[in-house]
Parts: sequence; structure tokens; C-alpha cells
Amino acid sequence: MDIKDPIKRMDALAKARGETKYLSDYRFEGALYSRMLRSSIPRGRIVDIKLPALPEGYRLITYKDIPGKNALQMITADWPCFAETDVKFVGETIGLLVGPDRELLQKLFDQIEVEYEAQEPAITIAEGLACKGGAFLNGNNVHCSLSLQKGEDIEAVFSRAYRIVEQEITTGFQEHVYLETNAAVCTKEDGRFVIYASAQCPFYIRKSVCGLLGLKPDDIIVRQTATGGAFGGKEHFPDVLCGPLLVACYVTGKPVRLVFGREEDIANSVKRHPSRVRFKTALDKDGNILGMDSEVVYNVGAYLASSFVVLQRGCFHVTGCYSFPSERTKGIGVATNTYPSCAFRGFGAPQTLFAIETHMNYLASLLGKDPLEFKRRYLIKKGELTITSGPIIEDVKLVQMLEQVLKASGYAEKSKAYAIGSGKGIGLAFYNHGGAFTGNGESAIIKAHVKLVKHLGGPVEILCGQTEMGQGFQTALRKIAAQVLEIPPETVIYDNPDTSRVPDSGPTAASRSTMVVGNLVYKAALDMKRRIDAGEDGFEVETVYEHPEGYPWDQSTFQGVAYLGYGWGVCAVEVEIDKRTAEPVVKGIWTSHDVGHPIDELICHGQVNGGVVQGIGWASTELLQNIGGHFKQTSLSDYIIPTSMDTPTMSVEYVDNPYPWGPFGAKGMGELTFNGSAAAYVDAVSRAIGKTINAIPIPSEVIMDYMLDKEASR
Amino acid sequence: MKIDFNLNGVQVSVDKDPLSRLIDVLREDFGLTGTKEGCSEGECGACSVLLDGKLVTSCLVPLGSAIGSRVDTIEGIRDTKLGSIIIESFANGGAVQCGFCIPGMVISAYCLLSSNPHPTEDEVRLAISGNLCRCTGYDLIVSSILDASRRLA
Ligand code: FES
Ligand code: FES
Repeated sequence: MDIKDPIKRMDALAKARGETKYLSDYRFEGALYSRMLRSSIPRGRIVDIKLPALPEGYRLITYKDIPGKNALQMITADWPCFAETDVKFVGETIGLLVGPDRELLQKLFDQIEVEYEAQEPAITIAEGLACKGGAFLNGNNVHCSLSLQKGEDIEAVFSRAYRIVEQEITTGFQEHVYLETNAAVCTKEDGRFVIYASAQCPFYIRKSVCGLLGLKPDDIIVRQTATGGAFGGKEHFPDVLCGPLLVACYVTGKPVRLVFGREEDIANSVKRHPSRVRFKTALDKDGNILGMDSEVVYNVGAYLASSFVVLQRGCFHVTGCYSFPSERTKGIGVATNTYPSCAFRGFGAPQTLFAIETHMNYLASLLGKDPLEFKRRYLIKKGELTITSGPIIEDVKLVQMLEQVLKASGYAEKSKAYAIGSGKGIGLAFYNHGGAFTGNGESAIIKAHVKLVKHLGGPVEILCGQTEMGQGFQTALRKIAAQVLEIPPETVIYDNPDTSRVPDSGPTAASRSTMVVGNLVYKAALDMKRRIDAGEDGFEVETVYEHPEGYPWDQSTFQGVAYLGYGWGVCAVEVEIDKRTAEPVVKGIWTSHDVGHPIDELICHGQVNGGVVQGIGWASTELLQNIGGHFKQTSLSDYIIPTSMDTPTMSVEYVDNPYPWGPFGAKGMGELTFNGSAAAYVDAVSRAIGKTINAIPIPSEVIMDYMLDKEASR
Repeated sequence: MKIDFNLNGVQVSVDKDPLSRLIDVLREDFGLTGTKEGCSEGECGACSVLLDGKLVTSCLVPLGSAIGSRVDTIEGIRDTKLGSIIIESFANGGAVQCGFCIPGMVISAYCLLSSNPHPTEDEVRLAISGNLCRCTGYDLIVSSILDASRRLA
């Protein structure tokens, strides 16, 4: 059997039968309910907190209850568990009200009054950079920055350029809308704190919160419960729930639970970073690109948390699937008084990939060239240098993938037949996604371990920290082990991780699980197979990640081979726009992806469908405005995600391109599938209405404004 | 107030405020946690159940409207002939990812196929348009429902 042949997902039946328990489906004996008290202003000082008389058993937990350090240890530790005197964004945690009766708790909660001394906030990227209301960070509101330059000095290139084209492209906030809202419980079992959470990264949680009580990570157990979607929104964010819960459990000695409502979740959780990318491109007199300069600014919000890494990835992808003789970029993470932004499928890459595709289309239209022909000439190839001045070390099969998409979509005929501005349009985008942690991060920072256990006279068990959140990993990983061991995959045990039982194999993030952890399991299984064949039983095999030699990376200068393998994609989208209502209808979606060699084509198919549709949502209906520090769309009736009626059945194809360091040749793919559809969609809309579009999202009201040449609501 | 209704084919009775949300009664009083809460405002469909055979979002239904009626939840339909065919098609067809929307989807599919055993793709898309799914992009859910329809003799 080829590993890519689909099998039935291990988790599907129980989920479809409604038997799988998510956090809110569990009952914890004697658990207290809790409500988060949060800042209602974007910037200021807390003057007073007025509490109603609290009956016995009810209590407001605040920073004063923290015996250790008041910080959540994400990638940086600047985000406090509870605000002390200053608040920097709407939604910042001030306290946790806990108590035994849900209704009474709510009544008491509604009577709490917080008095503030308000200051003028900075909300947008421009306001943050201009230090509106006075800088609140580092004197300049800059959380982080980096610069990269490849090839000839770009200033020299500009000085001899025939023409220089500038363009600014912006993208907005995006909410994850995992169908299961954030939820966690902290309790004590046998004298140890145990956290149950809907989360991607159980090991991140214990590391992040242990310092609150002055404990070591090992002193806390984190158990993942079945997770109803995450998309990056449950990578670091669960720490924001688990920190206060841990303190409350410590203070009260009781289990404490917190389950967000939907409005609460949308209004008070991390988002995809809004971005502003400015390009400055040097052309010769024949319209060839001599060099491209860019400035990439991400709205980080009040705390840095994981955002420097997000910004880095954004900068590493700013030239997309192309290579130009000279490239430079400067990235800035700006501090504003908005809810901090964090991981979201693509982790900074979608913003710059949207920008570069849109810019390439713009250049082609200025030069009067066919956009596809224009872009094709610059597609990066094996051995060529990326913007970090390290080579691509794999075959790039974009041309072959393009052929598949052209054939399936009828792109060539349609792009001729649909005149610009005719109401019909077809668009196309190239995209990629660097797999796993950047450079040598997997060996320098993560150091993943996995264990494979052969129980004496019994089954094989996988022990690792990787979580299932819908992406199919519990099936994929079992399949990898089973295929090597030549046993049925359903006999392999692989439970939701419990940090006291499994080794730390790194976060379930960065499209690394199959590519990196899958390969560790693959290697462990090979070893196990040899020993079983030699008659051994009742033993464990442990494998540890080693970075291949010969692909240097310098994390202080960001120079070298940023990624050993990329996922690659081509996507075409066709739209038709009602000229009267400006309502767009997606008529077709065609895709081809290089994911190495797929572990299970049906699982991959589901990832492609979900990622592509989520990307179209980001570009089209998912408008999320922040007005004066408050998110304006906070329910699913005004924050609009795609429904089954919004996109037709899409065409899904692959090219085979086995990756030498992946299990059975597999690479990462979960994020890749998100990275291109927004650009293809906007290209299609832009052709259909005959306007240059350089900001997303474009819900139909905005399309209407473009059609009427109105600036108003853009 | 004492409220009697038929739950998954069994006559039951609870003493509760008739304005209690049906979803809370199902999940908390009867432990039927297959019905999920995704939005609490009738937008996501995760809490879908059948009230006298009609599709409703149980987060918006007051318990009082169930008086003397029949309520079917995922726990009630999963072992019926139609329910198990749908669930089997979902599992084989890659329709299930995180799973949180899925019991609601199964209920919607059940409601559709009960009245229209051989729907077109458009009819399937319309039937599940009140069920939001953030993971799948819907294609494999749609094809799985069509597959279930084919398997209905
Ligand atoms: S929870 Fe009832 S429709 Fe979403
Ligand atoms: S499978 Fe996750 S929301 Fe539908």
C-alpha cells in the first residue's frame, strides 16, 4: 500500500457520533465557575476596582494573589497574567472572579466597577508608528525589527533604474473562529496542579504559567482535551486562560473552570496581524525587474508575545515564489493599543504572499504585460538564493503545477474571454510555505524527542506532545508508524498528550508535525521493527531531532538556509460579480500543491479545502474593524465566515516531490493551503471590475465602492 | 415547572423554568453532550437538534416549546439506519476534522435525507448552509452526504 492511499480517520466515528468529549463536556466535581474581568479601555491607569459585597466562596483573583512572577512566558515574557496599574488594550485581564454558582457569579460580575484614568490610545499601524498619545514602548512603539538584503545593494540598483514603481498593500485583522471556543480547567490531583485545556501546545502552557507560582514546568501537568479547531489561535493564547486559572486554583484550593462564550472569544482573543507592505521596485527600460525593496509592518498590539517570529516569517516570504537580482526588506513590529496579535495559520507569511502577488499583478498591468507570463520569468528554482541569501535545496515544480491548474481551470481561454471590467474574472496565485521552524530552530530551540513503546505482549504506543486539532495528525502519525511496522494503524495507541507521560516533541505548529515529528516516529519505527524482527518485546525506542549538516543558518543575522523544504502551491479562482449589487459569486477554484509525498490524500484534501476557503474568507467577507480599541464585529452574525453556499467544489491536485528528510517523503502542508487563495481571489475580482485592489478584505460593500470609484468605506 | 416531552423516543420529565435554553437542559440535565455550543445565537448550527422532525438550533429554543413534543439529538439518531449510514459516509469520506460542527452537520443531513433521500449537490449545500464549519471548507461534507444518499437503498 502507498502511504498516500486514504484510510478512515481514527477520530472520525466518535466525533460524528457525538461521543468525543471536548472540554465543556466534562464535569469536574466541585469546580468553581469563573469570569474574566477585563479592561474596557485601550490605554490608561486603573484607579479603583469597586466590588459588590462578595458572599462566602466568591472571590476576585488579581495580580496580588500571584506568589511568583506576574508574566506569561510565551516566546517573550512581556504579557502579564493580570494587569497591575496600567492597561494597554481593551480586553486585558485584570482579574478572575470565581465562585460556585454560575448565575450568582454572573450577577456579582455585572456589579463590578472599574474606574480608570484614560489616556489617548494608538490603534492603527500609522497611529502606532506616529506614537499617538505618546509612545508607550521603547520610546518609539517599535516592538521588533529586522532587515535583509540579497544581491547587489538596492540603493545602487535604484540609482540606475529606468523606472521605479511603488505600491502600498494592506491586510486586516482575521479572527480564527475555531468552532470550539477557548476553554480550560485547572485542578489539583495528588498534590499536583493539573490543567486540562483545548490547546495546541500543552508544553507551552506549563512553561508559560509555572513561574506564576514560582514552580518548574515539570511541577505542572497539562492534558490536552479534544480540541475543536485552533488554526494558531490556541498556540500561545491558552496561556491567557491557564495563568489566571492556575492562580485561582492555588488560592482557592478548588478546581476552576473557564469556558469562553463566542462573543467573549471574538472580542478578547488574539488575531491575525494586520499588515502594511510597501514595495519599491526597480525596472529597466524593457520592464525587467532589477530589484525589489519592501517595508513590512505588522500591527503587533500591546505585547510582543510571539510576534517577532511572525514578523520574521513574513519578511522571509516577502518575495514569494520569485527570485530577483537584488532584494531588500525591512520588517517592523509596531506596538498599538489593540489586543495582541499572534499565530494564525501561515504565521506571518500570508500577508506578504498576498502583497507580493498583488504587486506582481500591478507591475504587469502597468507594463501592459500578461500577468502570468510576467510572473513566470521570475519563479525561483533549485539552487537560487532566497532573500536570506541561502539556496533553495529542492526541485521547484511550480511550472508542472501551473500546467495542472491551467488545464483544469481553462485559465488561458477564460482570461482572454473575460474582458477586464466585464464582471467576470479569473485570477491565479503562486505561493509557498517554509516548513517547520526557521533555519536551525528545530535543533537549536525545539530539540524534539519522541518515544515509541512496544508494550510487552501488547500494542505499540506513540508518545509525543503533538496534538490533534482537526488536521488529522492522530491518523497520519499512526499511519507512519504502522506502515513501517507492518501492522494495522488502528492497533497503534496514540492518546491526547499528557505532559507527565510524553516527551516534549515541540509545538503543534509551523507545519512541522508531519515533517519533523513524523520523521522521528518513522525512524523510531524502523529501529523498533528491526528489534521486533530479532524477537524482542517490551521495550522503548527514543529518537531526537538532528539537523542535517551542510545547511547553515545564522539566527542573529537571519542569513542562510531558512527552510530545508517548502510546500508550494498554485491556485486559480474564478468569480462573477453582479454589476448591480456588487455581490461576488465564486464560480470555480482549482489548486495544485507540492506537499512532498502525501501521507494520506484524503486528509490532505481536507486541509486544502479548509485552508483555501479560509483564505478566501480573509480576503472577502471577514471584515474585522477595531474602532477606538474595541473590535466592532464580535459575533458570528456580523463577523462573516464562509458557508457551504459560498464556494463550489474545488479541484485538488498534487505533484509528487518526495522530501528527503520527511517520513515517506512528506512535507508540511497545513499552513501552505491558506497562503494563496486570497491573492487569487482578489486578482479575479480586480479583473472582473477593472480596478486595482490593494487592501483586503473586500466585502461586497467595498467592491461596490471600487466600482463607483468611492474612497469612503475602504 | 414540570415539563414533559419525548427525548430520543423516551418520555421524560424535568422540573425547570420553561425559559431555560433547550441546549442547557440536554447537556446538563440529561448529559447529552453530543449537542455542541458554538455561538449561542443561532448562527453556527453546532447545537442543531430535531424538534418534531424539524431542524432547530437548541441554543435559541426555550424548553417550554418542547412540551408535548419530540426532541431528537445526535445520541438519538446515531444508531438509526439513516443516522448510521450518514455517520459511516462522513467517516469514510473525510468529512470530519476537528469534529465540533459535525454532530450538528449530521443532524442537518439526517433532516434533509429524511425528506429528500436523493438531493442534488445544490440542495445539500443549502441544507447545511446554517451549519458553520471552519475546518473542512465543506466539500468533503457535501460529498459524504451525497455518498450517504447513494447508499440509501
Ligand atoms: S450554538 Fe446554537 S446556533 Fe450556534
Ligand atoms: S470539522 Fe471543525 S468546524 Fe467542522
